[in-house]
Amino acid sequence: MSLSIRNLRKSYIEPTGRRLPILNVESFEIASAEQVVLVGSSGGGKTTLLNVIAGITSADSGSVTIDGVDVTSLPEAGRDRFRAQRIGYVFQTFHLLPAFTALENVLLGMSFSGRKADRHRAAELLKRVGLGQRLDHRPTALSVGEQQRVAVARSLANSPSLLLADEPTANVDTANQDHILELIRGACTEHGVSLLMVTHSRDVASRFDRIENLSDFNRPEVAA
Amino acid sequence: MTLLAIAWKSMRQRSLSSLLTALSVALGVMLMVAVLVINGIVSDTFRQKGTGFNLIISSPGSDLATVLSCVYRIGLPGEPLPWRFYEEDILKNPAIESAIPMTMGDATQAGGFPIVGTTAEFFGMEYEPGKHFRVKGQDPRKLLTGPFDAIIGDRVARENGWDLGSEFSLIHGGMDDHVHDEKFKVVGILAMTGTANDKTVFVNLDGFFSMSGHDKPATEALKRLRDFGYEVTPQQEQTLLKAAAELAHHGEEEAAGDHAGHEHHGHFHSLPNDLKEVSFILVRTKRPAQAIMLTAEINEGVRAMAVNPIRPMARFLDNFVGSIRTVLLFLTALIVVVAGVGIFVSIYNSMADRRREIAIMRALGAQRVTVMLIILGESLLLCLSGGLLGFTLGHGLVFVAAPFIESRAGILVNPFKFELLEIALLPMLLVMAILAGVLPGLAAYRTDVASSLSD
Repeated sequence: MSLSIRNLRKSYIEPTGRRLPILNVESFEIASAEQVVLVGSSGGGKTTLLNVIAGITSADSGSVTIDGVDVTSLPEAGRDRFRAQRIGYVFQTFHLLPAFTALENVLLGMSFSGRKADRHRAAELLKRVGLGQRLDHRPTALSVGEQQRVAVARSLANSPSLLLADEPTANVDTANQDHILELIRGACTEHGVSLLMVTHSRDVASRFDRIENLSDFNRPEVAA
Repeated sequence: MTLLAIAWKSMRQRSLSSLLTALSVALGVMLMVAVLVINGIVSDTFRQKGTGFNLIISSPGSDLATVLSCVYRIGLPGEPLPWRFYEEDILKNPAIESAIPMTMGDATQAGGFPIVGTTAEFFGMEYEPGKHFRVKGQDPRKLLTGPFDAIIGDRVARENGWDLGSEFSLIHGGMDDHVHDEKFKVVGILAMTGTANDKTVFVNLDGFFSMSGHDKPATEALKRLRDFGYEVTPQQEQTLLKAAAELAHHGEEEAAGDHAGHEHHGHFHSLPNDLKEVSFILVRTKRPAQAIMLTAEINEGVRAMAVNPIRPMARFLDNFVGSIRTVLLFLTALIVVVAGVGIFVSIYNSMADRRREIAIMRALGAQRVTVMLIILGESLLLCLSGGLLGFTLGHGLVFVAAPFIESRAGILVNPFKFELLEIALLPMLLVMAILAGVLPGLAAYRTDVASSLSD
């Protein structure tokens, strides 16, 4: 099993001091190399779920186990290291660093994993997403589709076992949408990486064998 | 990619702000280095540990002015001493090992370098502990044999373009328009000493005395001898007056152009001893303790003054220059501190714009400490690059200022001189970098990743 969630609860404190439950997931699992698309209404907690799985946000209770490691039991620094080494994350708005070139953005992902940054591998990843001629371009010199492709290459830099993608095609045109989707799914298939992708697009969701609606297994109102 | 490389990239993203911040550090460090170097040079110059003699004897006056004039060739000497005082009171004193006469007051027509009339014995002294004068492989004590021979300092040779055999004229002391007829010839060039001797022209004492205007008028000389308590017999008086009259007659003949038989550099006329005067006498006693007794003995009277060649300068530097140096260093340190505040403000102000950047790094797996270290690294790079630039500019400033300092204060300035205290700038800059970077670093440390990514 690649990802296993048990009794996960997460809530936020509103400015009024009231507790606002966001997540209450009794059980959710993704098998190794399985590709799952997650759909749900806006504000339903999809991004929060991805952030808790990635260890960016800590859970109130429950467990998130990835490749046998209970991420929620790790201290923050441990979660950071685990995220750098085992989880790839593609964001809706790419989140590339403007001061760094395409190649350096990919290298940056490697630098925080504690392993040696491999320029050759970073260049290879960018070539595979069709940016072999754009290695030294800064994000501002790249099109939106190209920026997202750099973000995809960066997410694969540390050979993760789980890839989280938060609406990766939301900000790109249809042609690039298909290309990016193919890139992500192809890379995950090729390397046996589990994929959990969040999307609003029915078209995108329809291409996955397993489609999960967050509201089917997340019941925050019960936690409240 | 190292943390410093990441910090460097972030700095480059805000290149103008980073450049100006580093420049403010550079200016502070530049001033500090310049103050340290110039102060070091001044201290070294005026704190000679040894001068080859342990007493200067001059006419009564300011001990500081005496040392400045005699050792550092700054300012004119006071009232000269009669030659008879040198011969009878000093040379015959059993406590004295050596006594070298010096006459000063004139300057070279070219460049205005001070003239010192002395004997070859002067060059037998150490100019600094363990260091002897060198003259292009020759023994300087064997030079200055001809009355119009001269040995010139290294800087005089360089600046005036003089070499062996060059001839030059002297300007009579304090009279810019009176150029002596006699010409001196360079017979030796001193190797650089790093002292005031480099900017001095040493001429044969007898030649110096023989120049017109260097003989004291006979009536004044007789009065001065009597003031000093020397007995002058009527016969001595007559002899002196007659010799002075003959000298005056020679002078008139030469002025009228009767130069027959005189074709060399100058016209040497031996001067009666009682018409000779010396500006200073450099004395080395047989034992150091005797210098104290001799000082007390000479200073007890009113005829002359004995001065330690080191103590007045040390006292002056400690009391006056030392205080100024402290104030200057304090002010320049403040400038560096202000530059440090500038670094803090620059980085701290950029933190609001960089929350997302930091959150991205954190999302990629960077730990809180890592992003804090990146910000500290940025502060460190700004401080050190500014410091390095300031160090270079500081020595550059000294390089540019050197000719002005040399011409105005007469101090030889080596712009490449390194002060040990400059090493202290490095830890100081490191501490400043940490202090300036720690608060922005903590802000980076506390960045909330999820909310910053969603902004």
